[in-house]
Amino acid sequence: MVDLSYLAQQVINGLQLGFVYALIALGYTMVYGIIRLINFAHGDIFMIGAYVGFFSYSVLHWDFLPGILFSMVVCVIVAVIIERLAYKPLRNAPRIAALITAIGVSMFLEYFTSLKFVFGPNPRQFPRPFEVVTWQIGGINVNSIQLIILVVTLAMLALLQFVVYRTKMGMAMRGVSFDFDTAKLMGINVDVVVSFTFALGSALAGAGGILFAIAYPQVQPFMGIMPGLKAFVAAVLGGIGIIPGALLGALIMGQAEVLTAAFVSTTWKDAVAFAILIIVLMVKPTGLLGKRGTDKV
Amino acid sequence: MRSRETTALGVAIVGAIIIEVLMKLGVINPYWELIIQYACILTIATLGLNMIYGFNGQFSLGHVAFYGLGAYASAIVTKAWTGDNPLGFLAAIIVGGLVAAIVGFLIGLPILRLGSDYLGIATLGFGYIVKVTFDNADAWIPMMGGSRGMTGIVKMTSWPWVAVAAILAVVIMRNVVYSSHGRAVLSVRENEIAASAMGIDIARYKTVAFVMGCFYAGIAGALYAHLYSFLHPSNFDFLKSVDMLLIVVLGGLGSMSGTIMAALGWTFLLEGLRVILPPEILDFRFVIYPLLLIIAMLLRPKGLFGGMEWSFLRAPKVEKRAHGVNTES
Repeated sequence: MVDLSYLAQQVINGLQLGFVYALIALGYTMVYGIIRLINFAHGDIFMIGAYVGFFSYSVLHWDFLPGILFSMVVCVIVAVIIERLAYKPLRNAPRIAALITAIGVSMFLEYFTSLKFVFGPNPRQFPRPFEVVTWQIGGINVNSIQLIILVVTLAMLALLQFVVYRTKMGMAMRGVSFDFDTAKLMGINVDVVVSFTFALGSALAGAGGILFAIAYPQVQPFMGIMPGLKAFVAAVLGGIGIIPGALLGALIMGQAEVLTAAFVSTTWKDAVAFAILIIVLMVKPTGLLGKRGTDKV
Repeated sequence: MRSRETTALGVAIVGAIIIEVLMKLGVINPYWELIIQYACILTIATLGLNMIYGFNGQFSLGHVAFYGLGAYASAIVTKAWTGDNPLGFLAAIIVGGLVAAIVGFLIGLPILRLGSDYLGIATLGFGYIVKVTFDNADAWIPMMGGSRGMTGIVKMTSWPWVAVAAILAVVIMRNVVYSSHGRAVLSVRENEIAASAMGIDIARYKTVAFVMGCFYAGIAGALYAHLYSFLHPSNFDFLKSVDMLLIVVLGGLGSMSGTIMAALGWTFLLEGLRVILPPEILDFRFVIYPLLLIIAMLLRPKGLFGGMEWSFLRAPKVEKRAHGVNTES
């Protein structure tokens, strides 16, 4: 008999992880939706977000909110520079060239930040900008970190929903995502829309980086690889290019990982998440919420 | 009219013998001996990926999984049964290739239906599962060592083995690509719908190309295992798959010459930089090298060699038939 309160506790932990994945997955899914690029450097933007948080909390001693806003701003700037320098010249090249460039950018960010005069190769302890308070509700522990992750993620999602469905830029984004060339013909400035999408996704990744580092308090230059990969898998699981799909996929990934670690074995936790992905893709080849496209001749 | 091919084959064999003599004489030191062998092994594995992605157009981000399966399977054979018997090693290499091919067949059957990016992610996921399985394998087969790594593999790989395998790999790949099956494989890449309208069994040729690519990876893995005599699951993680993908794309998709050049150049460049650069800027090696990669892609988005092929690897000319049928247009 499984201990129910233990199970509930693990579900809460899974939600915590899932919401952080969701913040990263949204960036992947939006960029993919617009220019069909798997932006491998997105996980490293997340890492930069966490490092900026590290400096604003440990060196500048800022509060939580200015820190997270500052980190979002820095991530936006870095991402837009990357997009302009590395991805934009390849807009009309074969898609694989852009993908390889994204991998190159990702490796560059990882190894550049590992240099001694940048962030250095060693992991650093992440200072928590607030006291962690734990509440007990019916035998289940909920702490203030989890509450903050929940609030921040939901706020970001609401903001994203507003931007995508209620603003002119959001309408342009949906148009470009629907048909790149036609959107161009309709007078949409595609370059601005693409940059804006990168900016929006990276802001979320920056916030995700700080939240992740608060929950698992350590930062190091390669910390973005695994969460980035899993968030991307989450985006594919939910149906890439679809915003609610990213959230759904991320929550499933979070649960799969935490529950496997709790009830099976920690060494298998990553494999289970990927196995779920493969099984889902076999049944629904475009992800859980994905629509089946028709082949045009 | 096969003289170009025969000459090229002769040159390759003579070249391999010269390298062997230089190694025996000690002109090439043992460190570079290892590098040369590793470069050729990597060439075999990436030729396999070129078959899958370059010729057949199926995006795979998990190629290293098959490389790892071949490595572990062959290492088990030599460690458990055959020891340092050369015939046993030959059998182990074939077992390595077959295990990779069979697993490739089983996993390819369901996932090759997926569209390009989805297939990439599914293979990535599969690669990850295989790596985690290696990490935990000591629970079932203690010999595999799990996350501590597999030690004590007999050191059987030597230059003659690698050279013969590499030459065979190139010759066979060339002949397959320009056979009627090869044309079917290529047609799937060009346009699936048009290919199936011409009566080509898409699912079959996707599987054929995938299994053949996995077989190559398995063979390469077997040689690798017996070169370094130590295997660790981290040798087979996602980043190694990315390396292979980079080589195939840098060489130019669907170009055997490009893949060969890129795989050799890649290994020599990375190792060469390690030897040439002074230690204080060795850290910069991995900063310079993604930058080179980005610049290469920005300047030559179709690969460094842009799909060129050495003349002996080009499609054979179709001879004019009788009855005045003009086959050249």
